[in-house]
Amino acid sequence: MLAYAIRRLLLLVPMAAGMVIVTFALLLMVPGDPAHVLLGPEATPDMIANLRASLGLDNPWYVRLWDYFAHLLQGDMGRSIFQNAPVSQIIAGRLGATIELAVVALLLATLIGMTLGVIAAMRQGSLIDTATMLLAQLGVSMPVYWMGLLLMLGFSVQLNWLPAIGRGAPLLDAFGAALTGRPQVLADSLMHILLPALALAAYSAAVISRLVRTSMLEVLREDFIRTAYAKGLRRPRVVIRHALRNALLPVLSVIGMQFGILLGGAVLVEQIFAWPGLGQLTIGAISQRDLPLVQGITLTFALTFAIINLIVDLLYAVVDPRVRLG
Amino acid sequence: MAAEQHSDSPPVIAVSDLTVEIRSDRGSYPVVADMALAVRPGETLCIVGESGCGKSMTALSLLRLLPEAARVTRGEILIDGEDLLAMNEHRVEDLRGERIAMIFQEPLTALNPVLTIGEQIAESVRQHRKVGHRAAMQRTLETLQLVQMPDAARRARQFPHELSGGMRQRAMIALALACDPRILVADEPTTALDVTIQAQILGLIEDLQQRLGTALILITHDLGVVAEVADRVVVMYAGRRVEEASVYELFDHPIHPYTLGLMGAIPRSVPGRSAAERLTDIAGTVPPPWDLPVGCAFAPRCPGASARCFAERPPFEEKRPGHFAACWEHVHD
Repeated sequence: MLAYAIRRLLLLVPMAAGMVIVTFALLLMVPGDPAHVLLGPEATPDMIANLRASLGLDNPWYVRLWDYFAHLLQGDMGRSIFQNAPVSQIIAGRLGATIELAVVALLLATLIGMTLGVIAAMRQGSLIDTATMLLAQLGVSMPVYWMGLLLMLGFSVQLNWLPAIGRGAPLLDAFGAALTGRPQVLADSLMHILLPALALAAYSAAVISRLVRTSMLEVLREDFIRTAYAKGLRRPRVVIRHALRNALLPVLSVIGMQFGILLGGAVLVEQIFAWPGLGQLTIGAISQRDLPLVQGITLTFALTFAIINLIVDLLYAVVDPRVRLG
Repeated sequence: MAAEQHSDSPPVIAVSDLTVEIRSDRGSYPVVADMALAVRPGETLCIVGESGCGKSMTALSLLRLLPEAARVTRGEILIDGEDLLAMNEHRVEDLRGERIAMIFQEPLTALNPVLTIGEQIAESVRQHRKVGHRAAMQRTLETLQLVQMPDAARRARQFPHELSGGMRQRAMIALALACDPRILVADEPTTALDVTIQAQILGLIEDLQQRLGTALILITHDLGVVAEVADRVVVMYAGRRVEEASVYELFDHPIHPYTLGLMGAIPRSVPGRSAAERLTDIAGTVPPPWDLPVGCAFAPRCPGASARCFAERPPFEEKRPGHFAACWEHVHD
């Protein structure tokens, strides 16, 4: 398993290289010139040409691509055109917030999705089943920004229970604070993250609940479930230990894919809830044509997604002994 | 087959009048009707019939494990004198695996793929005996050794897919025997196995049953198996008993044409004849349970059927001492 993990990690390198080339090509095709944006409408063609030369924008594309790769190998993602700081530093300052949001959303989605899915499967055809699946339909069809705005209107504006925008202390720090006798720091962090995480989780929770339901219904018809009952096991034990564990296998691989969707959704959710993460940064960078920053962010997203999927694949082997990695 | 040993003790399981119905879009129809059986400790009863004759449904109803669409509509299942059908769910769960256990046909699908053999057996032990983890594992190893699992300690830590078919069925038997059940129901326990392994597994079941004094109900379509292990035999056709007798009586004086047909269908090795030629099949197929004929269900396939056979169902009655059959054409001896 270790050898497999290492091999998969090494495979990330060509994947990342491909990712860089693709984003690079996309950005070449996008209209708009950062030098133009930077200098404003008053700029003369001369000034623009000078700036393009100093930013290296007038080099042919293969030179620029080569330069980018050469710097990447030294851990240098270039400098942001507008923020006058290294891209890696800007991203490092934001990445934590986005990962935190996505992970909390993923946990919420898994928890909600699995609970609803199991309940619906247990009571197939009942009112609970119908209601749950209706909810899931709603969750799948509702765009994440709309969900975010509704939650904000409901829980922040109308009920005034939760803060509408911003982020508390980073969760890891907040847990530390709670352990050293300041639980209000943790409470504040949790209250801030709840709404954006919920908005982000809704879609994934819906997808997971439908999948868990189908998967459970299938597994509950298996012979080994009958064997479990034949042993004299009680229903809850059969459902959780024998059925759910097997039903989780297809769900697990979907959870990995969902993480990618969560990262995409985070871009919108962060904008709505003023969450200081990569998503907010992305929107800013794109509208300013800050190419090095956009490239850096895209690469970061892609790597995060790939690593999460690697973790999911490894988990798969832990849950299903029939999977032999190699 | 020491029938004398157990002839005087009362039956541990006694079924009478059992009728199982299936509800579907075709409406309700019986898949088992007027079934009855009684088995004493150490005795082996074989239920024989083609697939779809209701023998598996009978077996499942003995543990109240019928699929959702099926239910017992009439009858009584007494386990040590206690009516299974009147019990609450918890009481049934206490009996399953403890008093009455089941061996399923296909051990690969009947065992949970993500739990080790040892975990699955120990789980049953812990459910019924209030013992800790270590004692349960100890009992698991004992049971695996009882079923002659090679290298038991290592196998206990393996998953079903890591075992051969024969070893999987040994594990299934160990699982069933883990809590010393008084009644063992085996539904085609050797059908999914290699021919060479079949005899081993059958021998193992028979040997353990004799040593432990278990009442064994063995479901099979194979009269060769019946001849090997049975004390008494019930032949089922289309959900009903058509013949019942001790194994010697049945093979010496078969009465029902269906039984005779089954006997003709036992493959025997005759030199110079191909396997296909050796197997005399019974012409036709079992009628579907939602479309049973009015009279004897076997009449359409019966070589000696008369007009009465098509009009009226024959009663299941004693034709010779201890030998019952349902057939119009056979007169009392």
